[in-house]
Amino acid sequence: MNANVTELVVFALLFLTVSVMGFVAAKWRRPENIESLHEWGLGGRNFGSWITWFLVGGDLYTAYTFVAVPALVFGAGALGFYALPYTVVVYPLVFLVLARMWSVSHVHGFVTPADFVRARFGSPTLALIIAITGLVATMPYIALQLVGIEAVLKTMGVTGHLPIIIAFAILAAYTYQSGLRAPALIAFVKDTLIYIVILAAVIYIPAKLGGWGSIFDAAKAKFDATPAPGDGITLNANNQLQYVTLAFGSALALFLYPHSLTGVLASKNRGVIKRNMAALPAYSFLLGLIALLGFMAIAAGTKGVVGANGKVDNNTIIPALFDQMFPDWFAGVAYAAIGIGALVPAAIMSIAAANLFTRNIYREYLRKDATDAQEAKVSKLVSLVVKVGAVLCILLLDPQFSIDLQLIGGVIILQTLPSVGLGLYTRWFHKGGLIAGWVAGMSAGVWMLYMVPNPATGKAHFGGSAFGLSNLGLDTKMTIYAGFLALAVNLIVAVLGTLLFRALKVADGEDATSRGDYFADEGDPTVKDLDLAASH
Amino acid sequence: MTTREPGQARSDRSPWNWLLVLPIALPLMTFLFNADEPRLFGFPLFYWLQIAFILVGVGCTTIVYRMTK
Repeated sequence: MNANVTELVVFALLFLTVSVMGFVAAKWRRPENIESLHEWGLGGRNFGSWITWFLVGGDLYTAYTFVAVPALVFGAGALGFYALPYTVVVYPLVFLVLARMWSVSHVHGFVTPADFVRARFGSPTLALIIAITGLVATMPYIALQLVGIEAVLKTMGVTGHLPIIIAFAILAAYTYQSGLRAPALIAFVKDTLIYIVILAAVIYIPAKLGGWGSIFDAAKAKFDATPAPGDGITLNANNQLQYVTLAFGSALALFLYPHSLTGVLASKNRGVIKRNMAALPAYSFLLGLIALLGFMAIAAGTKGVVGANGKVDNNTIIPALFDQMFPDWFAGVAYAAIGIGALVPAAIMSIAAANLFTRNIYREYLRKDATDAQEAKVSKLVSLVVKVGAVLCILLLDPQFSIDLQLIGGVIILQTLPSVGLGLYTRWFHKGGLIAGWVAGMSAGVWMLYMVPNPATGKAHFGGSAFGLSNLGLDTKMTIYAGFLALAVNLIVAVLGTLLFRALKVADGEDATSRGDYFADEGDPTVKDLDLAASH
Repeated sequence: MTTREPGQARSDRSPWNWLLVLPIALPLMTFLFNADEPRLFGFPLFYWLQIAFILVGVGCTTIVYRMTK
């Protein structure tokens, strides 16, 4: 009990410190007027390389990642390590793409990916589809951040939902007040704590467990002893395709998430983005080490905390490992790192979701002549609603439901790739073709996920993202990432649909962007500047 | 960002961009690293080589950034 008190005190102190920072952030780099989405929702669109590195790093590598990836490695071994190639592949993949997205958004004042689609393809319907896809994919992701906090609280012996409600109420209050400035400032603390904890863990814990060699040997021995065919410290013939397509598909999906783009659009020029593509892999290194904590937990014989349903909660494996290995005060620091690690992405995700609603639903359909101040007001309120929704998701529904939804989220956000990603390169697609492709990709993706069972948990459907090719009549045990196959269906239908609509001479939307917009940089005139000039 | 002659349209095209293909392709070729031996500091090949690919990624993106600035 005393051990838990020490951990709790350290955890609470650090948590309170960042809460104060969250409120003070409203005064940080203060603009004359925070009442616009460019200020509240994008922090003034003026962040330099360092702030962007902390902000985007704090945004992409979430608390849920920190508990779920090692838990997956703990359970399945090598397959869980896909998170590493995923985060190596993603940066060179989006290096040029994000610079284009930044430029065109800078010129036209876009705040969300759906804003871009609206202007590029001249279709409010397509933009609405992109916005709703983004909202549906982001919501469960916010809820999952609560699962991360809950995992550390459980390990400290704190049960009940009140602490989580308090934590999210504080988060909601300072996000409302400070907007994107709050997570940007807190990210400094979060990432510093995470680096300290993980570097300490990978030096200290292997030393206590007899070195890395024996950690991997212990893991190998465990997987060899289990009857499950898919696990092991290397891949087998049947899950290599799954590993590769999951890593590549996840990399394609990452910057389609609205919250990833929020961090990118908040930076002040193209150079900041490109420098960050070279610097963000520092977090991938960290993630690789975090994944290996799963093997340390095997070697240390760590047992997860038994949940309310009588089953062991695998998400508590890593907090339990810290509890077992570290002195109490440092375990408290580690828990705070995970807890604060949940706040940064949760804040950015709720801002991104709120911006989507405001720009692509409220302004498009409810109040076409909304002023900047009205947009900011609506976004602030919606960010509160989103957080209440996330808390209710966890309180009223089985958390497993959020995990399933997040799995679906990755698959469905990929379906926006033809419009958002390829749209930055080509205007060849017809808006009707893109809508048809989206419908086909969504249907295929959800059907495939529905067909995936999980024998370990006894679930018949939505048991993971590894779709068996045998479902398509192929005589093989090989599996593939459902999102990848769904994207292929989407692209084929989008191409065929485009050809068909062109042949039938169905009217296409106007493109409001021009070629030069995709290469504009800081200092070039923007639409916003032009508007201001005209009104004087 | 691209250095620009007056009157010439900006673009992000450059032969250097092909270098970005390397860190995208390497981590997706499982036959390169899907083995236990040889180990490095106790790490099986599967883990240390994939971690080493991070350096390839950083190197390539840095070079492309500097050469196309």
